[in-house]
Amino acid sequence: MTTVSAPPSAAATGPDETPPSRRPRRWLGENPLGLLLSAPYLLFIGLVFAYPIVFSVWMSFQDYFFAAPGAEVDRPFVGFDNYIAVIQDPAVWRSFGNVGIFLLINVPLTVGLSLLLATALDKVVHARTFFRVSYYVPYVTASVAVVAVWLFLFSTGGLVNQILGPLAPEPSWLVNSALAMPTIALFVTWKGLGFYILLYLAALQNVGKELYEAASVDGAGAVRRFFTVTVPGVRPATVLVFLLATITGANLFTEPYLLTGGGGPNGASTSPVLLMYQRGIEQGNPDVASALGVILIIFVLIIAWLQYRFLGGRES
Amino acid sequence: MTRTRTALRYLLLAVGALVFLFPFYYMIVGSLQTAPDPTIAGAFPNPANVTGENYVAINERVNLLQGLANSGIFTGGVILGTVVFGTIAGYALSVLKWRGRGATLVLVLLVQVIPFQLLMIPLYVMIARDYGLSDSYLGMILPFLINSTAVLIFRQYFLQLPRELFDAARIDGAGEFRILWSVALPLVRPALLTAVLLTFIGPWNEFLWPFLITKEAALQPLAVSLANFISNVAASTSNPFGAMMAGAVVLAAPAVALFIIFQRYFVSNDLGSGVKG
Repeated sequence: MTTVSAPPSAAATGPDETPPSRRPRRWLGENPLGLLLSAPYLLFIGLVFAYPIVFSVWMSFQDYFFAAPGAEVDRPFVGFDNYIAVIQDPAVWRSFGNVGIFLLINVPLTVGLSLLLATALDKVVHARTFFRVSYYVPYVTASVAVVAVWLFLFSTGGLVNQILGPLAPEPSWLVNSALAMPTIALFVTWKGLGFYILLYLAALQNVGKELYEAASVDGAGAVRRFFTVTVPGVRPATVLVFLLATITGANLFTEPYLLTGGGGPNGASTSPVLLMYQRGIEQGNPDVASALGVILIIFVLIIAWLQYRFLGGRES
Repeated sequence: MTRTRTALRYLLLAVGALVFLFPFYYMIVGSLQTAPDPTIAGAFPNPANVTGENYVAINERVNLLQGLANSGIFTGGVILGTVVFGTIAGYALSVLKWRGRGATLVLVLLVQVIPFQLLMIPLYVMIARDYGLSDSYLGMILPFLINSTAVLIFRQYFLQLPRELFDAARIDGAGEFRILWSVALPLVRPALLTAVLLTFIGPWNEFLWPFLITKEAALQPLAVSLANFISNVAASTSNPFGAMMAGAVVLAAPAVALFIIFQRYFVSNDLGSGVKG
């Protein structure tokens, strides 16, 4: 409690202010108006995040199906039946494996390239704006729009294969079961890199210049300085990049849906979210899809926790 | 030594820029080709092979103007919701002291790591089935109404304002609403643009949610109708790639133009603060 808190009469001039009585005011804090101003946001979070999460978990333990609005139907509790159905579905394991492939390619590429480009960009004087803008243009463009170009570029007779000539893979990128997922990972890396470059640029501002000077005096070359000063200096940002890339990977939908025509060839690029859509909405089993969603959340949380532990995210 | 290093740096950055920009250049070139030319020569505009035909072709299958209008309404609704409710929430989370402020702030941060896609099934059941809001703008906007990152950006800006400002206004007898409206809000105008830009990307580019909730073509945002064209209809046009890329240019142009014009409001520090809280 500060001594200069506003006198009740002054605060009461606000149009929505209830007549102040000392006790509720003290219980709600110095400025109960804060609660009122946050109320729409809190309501929104409750309606769009909190309730759906609870609903989803509940649904995953029911025999839930779509019914006409308002219809009274019996949706019995079925225990872990939906979870068993998910675990016994080979397509689910395939999709988790696909995300694994995605992460193995996407995360190292994203971290490496965005840090490299951000470091270079941080040091140059000319054309900084041009480079910065050209890097984040893919990030701000709709996936659906850039997918159209990638389909053209990576089609069987497309420009990429024309340049590669005899080295072009057969069958082509997006219809090759070994290359479909790596191509998607490459696409997502390309599209999101600009955002991560911006994150690293911000992080680089926090690395002390004197550290570089000290390292120079000690005789460290540019490469050495990069690994001993820059890399540890931006570690909080790296943890964040790892986390965000994992979440992006777990969320993959648009790219496999459009680039490989719904997770093809033969499920080689199906993602868990695409599978949730197919099982839950196309095939009308929202209960099974919810169980899959719960399992996916648990996986993401475990991976996020591991990354946090091993990369040391204490400072972030 | 330093000369070559600088040159190498520029070379690296230029190669990067080429990789990022080339697909956009190729999108425009491809959208203007009479017949798709995937050869290396086809990457350069060829006067003999230039046409506006693809734009006409896609517009016959997908109503581009209607799609742009729907995307605009969807995006506008989200921006309006974020600006109105997000600024006051950001203000409450930074300037005012009240019980539950800490918990609310944790909530804002937590919401950022919950992948939206995982809420897809329950939200679909609630909004489309229970509330009957499928094929409506409200149903499209609702799950995106307030952008949490924008709330954090607003909070960050309000935190930077000197506290004396608010104390002085209080001593002068201004009520809390008056302070918010005539002292705080005018001072965070730069944050407003950053937040609007950041919020814009979400709904304008969003595919999954409006795809689930709109079956009626007249209500679909452009991203959804273009995606439907790519996955179902494109093969039936004479130059499918040309038509696809013409649609892509129309969808990409507003976002790209906006971010080039207002690039100085989209800088690393704001984003960093937004994400890190």
